[in-house]
Amino acid sequence: MQNAFSSPQAADLGDLRQSDEAESNEDRKAFTPPPPNDQFQEEMVIRPLYSGDIYASFQFRTQWDTDFLHDGKKVSHYRLFPKSLGQVLSKFSVRELHISFTQGYWRTMQWGQPFIPSPPGAELWVWFHHTVTDVDGNWKELTNVLSGIFCASLNFIDSTNTVEPSASFKPLGLGNATDHRFLRYATLPREIVCTENLTPWKKLLPCGSKAGLAVLMKSEKLFHSSFHSQAVHIRPVCKDWQCTSTAWELRQTLNVVFDLYTSGQGKKEWSLFKMFSRTLTEACPLASSSKIYVDVTDNPGVNPLISTAVVLGDRRTYSVYDLTKKETFGQLRSLNLLLRWKGENDMLRPPLHAERYVSGFGLQKGEIHTCLYNSHPYRAYPVLLLDSLPWYLRLYVHTLTVTSKTRENKPSYIHYQPSKDRLRPHLLEMLVQLPPHSVTEVTVQFERALLKWTEYTPDPNHGFYIGSSVISALVPSIVAMDTNSTRDRPLFSSFFPTKEESSYFMRVYTEPLLVNLPTPDFSMPYNVICLTCTVVAVGYGSFYNLLTRTFQVDEPSAPLAKRLANIIRRLRGVPLL
Amino acid sequence: MVLLFVCFCLFVCFSLLVLLELSLMLALLTKATQFFSSGHTNNWAVLVCTSRFWFNYRHVANVLSVYRSVKRLGIPDSHIVLMLADDMACNHRNPKPATVFSHKNMELNVYGDDVEVDYRGYEVTVENFLRVLTGRLPPSTPRSKRLLSDDRSNILIYLTGHGGNGFLKFQDSEEISNVELADAFEQMWQKRRYNELLFIIDTCQGASMYERFYSPNIMALASSQVGEDSLSHQPDLAIGVHLMDRYTFYLLEFLEDIHPASQANMNDLFKVCPKSQCVSTPGHRTDLFLRDPGSVLITDFFGSVRKVEITREAINLTNPTELSLRNELKSEALFYVDQLPVADIIHQKPKQKDWHPPDGFILGLWSLILLVFFKTYGIKHLKHIF
Repeated sequence: MQNAFSSPQAADLGDLRQSDEAESNEDRKAFTPPPPNDQFQEEMVIRPLYSGDIYASFQFRTQWDTDFLHDGKKVSHYRLFPKSLGQVLSKFSVRELHISFTQGYWRTMQWGQPFIPSPPGAELWVWFHHTVTDVDGNWKELTNVLSGIFCASLNFIDSTNTVEPSASFKPLGLGNATDHRFLRYATLPREIVCTENLTPWKKLLPCGSKAGLAVLMKSEKLFHSSFHSQAVHIRPVCKDWQCTSTAWELRQTLNVVFDLYTSGQGKKEWSLFKMFSRTLTEACPLASSSKIYVDVTDNPGVNPLISTAVVLGDRRTYSVYDLTKKETFGQLRSLNLLLRWKGENDMLRPPLHAERYVSGFGLQKGEIHTCLYNSHPYRAYPVLLLDSLPWYLRLYVHTLTVTSKTRENKPSYIHYQPSKDRLRPHLLEMLVQLPPHSVTEVTVQFERALLKWTEYTPDPNHGFYIGSSVISALVPSIVAMDTNSTRDRPLFSSFFPTKEESSYFMRVYTEPLLVNLPTPDFSMPYNVICLTCTVVAVGYGSFYNLLTRTFQVDEPSAPLAKRLANIIRRLRGVPLL
Repeated sequence: MVLLFVCFCLFVCFSLLVLLELSLMLALLTKATQFFSSGHTNNWAVLVCTSRFWFNYRHVANVLSVYRSVKRLGIPDSHIVLMLADDMACNHRNPKPATVFSHKNMELNVYGDDVEVDYRGYEVTVENFLRVLTGRLPPSTPRSKRLLSDDRSNILIYLTGHGGNGFLKFQDSEEISNVELADAFEQMWQKRRYNELLFIIDTCQGASMYERFYSPNIMALASSQVGEDSLSHQPDLAIGVHLMDRYTFYLLEFLEDIHPASQANMNDLFKVCPKSQCVSTPGHRTDLFLRDPGSVLITDFFGSVRKVEITREAINLTNPTELSLRNELKSEALFYVDQLPVADIIHQKPKQKDWHPPDGFILGLWSLILLVFFKTYGIKHLKHIF
C-alpha cells in the first residue's frame, strides 16, 4: 500500500504552472467557510441525596441546524455532530432515537427521582420517519449497526423481544403525526455495561475525553458505583423561538450515583476528586456553555452564584459554576468542589413509585405482581403501564386483576397483544387511574414453557431476565411548570417537554425479574449413551454369545510324568495311557 | 618511477572507493528488497477467550494482555476482533470494577481505559468464530465485527480457554475440533484471506489443535503438548482467583520488551516459557511456513509496521462548491406532542388489522366441513337445495 503525499505549498514544487497558481489563490480568497450552524453545551448537576450518596448527572448537547431526512442533498460535512450517528440517521430514516445502557437499579424510595430515567440493561426505542416502507427491516439493520458503534450485543434484539407500543413512548421531539406503526421498542435486561461501552460513547463527544467535563469520566471510578447509566438521545427540536423549522439535537447523558460506603468511606463529604479521581482544568473549547450546578436547596448557606430552576415539578436552588470563565478555576487553575452536609431531615416522598416481583413456587406456574404507589395526599392521576413479557411465560390474561384499596379498579384502556411462540412477545398496555394515597396492584398468572434444548443459554441455571415495566405518568407538580419551551433553561430541566402547568411528565421503571424456567440436565445425553452402550455390550452381548457359540469340552493337559510315559510308549508302539 | 608509484596508489584508492560504493549500494538494495519482501501490507488480530464464569478470570486476562501488546505495537482497534465470552471487569464479584489484573498485587491493569470488545457474552460461539474467520457473516454485520483481511494480510489468531485432545471448549456448552479449525484455515487460504497466519493457543493439550493444519503459510504455537496440562500462574488473594496462565504470563513479559522497531524474530518467541517456568512443554509447528522462522520478525504479526513510499507528485484539489442555503419551505409552527394524551388514548380506535386468509387450523376445519357436506349431499343434488 503506497500513501501518496502531496505537498501543501504550491510554491515548493516547480511543477505547477503559473496560471494554475493564480487561479487557486483567487478561489481561495473567494471561498469563505459558512458560519457554523451547530453548537455544543455541556453541563453537570451534582445532587446530594438523603441517604448520604451523591448523584452526578452529565449532559452534553449538540444542536445542529440541518436536515438528515432531506431527500436531495446528502449531508457530508460534519463538525460537532458525530458522523457515525449522522450517517445512521440518514440511512435508516430515523426520526428519533433513544438508547441507554444502565448498570444497577435506581432506588426511587432512597434517592428520589432521576433526571433521565432508564431501565437496567440496554433499552432502545426508535421512531422512524413516515416515508419508511419496511420498518422491521430498517429496525433489524439499525440494531446491528448500533451494536457495532457501541460495542454492545444489540444484535440480540429481534422479533422475539421487540414490541410496538400503542400509546406509550410518544415522540419527545417535534412532529405532528404519531402513527405507532413507526415506533419500535426493545430492551435487553441482561446487557452488561462496562468500559467497552463507555469508550465509544466518549468518542462521540466533540472534545472526546480530553477537555471539558468529560475529563472526569474515568471508568475505574464510574463503574465502582451503585448506579451507572449512559444514554444517547437524538430528536428534532425547534430551531428558534418561532419554531417554524427543526434542528437536530443530540443529547448524551451519563448519570451516576456513588455509594456512601463503598466510595465515600462513610462520610457525607464528597468532592470532585473523591468521586472521579480528577479535577477540572478547563472547559471544552468547542462548547458555547459549560456549567456545573450543585443542588443546595436542602442545605442553604452562604453560597455564591445562586440560580433557581424548576425540575421534576419542584423549584430547586443551585449554585452555578461557569467553566468558560477563567475566575472559576482560581489561582491553581483547577476546580475541585467540596460538598459537606448533615442531612437530618426526611426526604419528600416521590409521588409515584413502582415495584414488581414474582410470586409462587415451583417451576410450572407463577404470578407477576406490579405495585404502583401514589403518595400524593389528595390528587389522583392516570398512569400508563407497559409490560412486555417474553413468549416463554405463557400469560393467562383472564387472571389479570387491578385492585386499589382492596377494590377492583378497571383500567380505562387496555391493549393486549398475545405472544406467538418464538416469534413475538406479549404486549400489555393499560391506562389506570391511581386513587390518591393508595397502592394499586396489578397481578397476572403465568405458566413457564419448556424450551427446546438448543434454545437455552450456556448458563441456564442462572435464570432468564424479564425486562422492566414502564410506567408513564402525568404527575401533579408542586410548582407551576414553564410551558414555554424556547426559553433558555438548563439542560437537565428541559428534557421532557411540558404542555400543562400543573403537571409534569414522568417515567418510572420497575425492577427486572429473574425467572427460572424448567431446565433439563444437559449431561443426560452423555449419561444415556454410556448407560445404553453398557447395557448393550454387557447384556445383549452376553445373550448373543450364549445363543450363537458352541461349547466343546476341553481335556485338561496331562501331568509331566504321564506325558513322558506316553512318549516312551509311542516309541515302543504300545497303546497310550 | 615515482610517477608510476603515484599512479598505482591513485588506482588502488579509486578501486577501493568504487568497491566501497558498490558494497553500500548492495547493502541498500538488500535492505530495500528485505523491506518489501515480507509480503504483507496490513495486520489483523483475532483474539478469543472462550470461557465463561468468574473462576475463569485468567482466560480473560490472557486475551486482554495479548490485546494490550498488540495495540501497543500498532494494530488499531479497527483491525482487531476481540471476543470475550464473559465479562470479568464489571462482574459483581470483582472487588475492583472496570479492571482486569495480570500480576498479583494489582500491578498491571490490562483492561485499561480504551478497550473495544467486538463480540461479548453469548455472542462468542463456535459458529460466530468460524464465520468471522471465513468471512461468511450476515450482510447487516457492522465493520467492527468483521475480519476484512485480504491476500496481503498477516493475521494473528490467539485462542485461550479450556481444551482437550483435539478440541477447544466454548462457553461450557459446545466445542470446536482441530479438524474444523484446519478446514476453516483452508477456506481462508482458498479465499485468499491471509498472507501469513500465526496461531497461538494457550489451553491444556494445546498442541493437538494444530496437528491437523494443512494450509500453507501457517505457523503455530501452543502452550503444552498432547497429554500435558497448561497451568495457571498465581492467584491473587484479594480478587480470589488465578490471574493468568503461565504461558501467556511469560509471553506478556517477553512482549513488553518488544517495541515497533524491534528486530526480535520468531526463534526468540519459541524460547518463551521453557519447561522450568511453564511446567508444560510449549510446542510449535513451522513446517507449513515458507519463510525461515529466524527471518520472521515478531512485529510482522504482533505489530503493524506500515511501509510508506513518499512521492513527489502533486495533486490538484478542486475548490469546494458553494453550499446552497436550505429553502425554508415549512411555514406553519411545529409543536411538541403531548406525552400522555389521556383523552386520545381512551377513545383510541382499535388498529385496522389487515385481513389475512385463514390458515392452519381454521382452514382445516372449514375444509373438513365442506368435504363432509359435499360427500353427504353430492354435487348433483345441490341445485335442489339452493
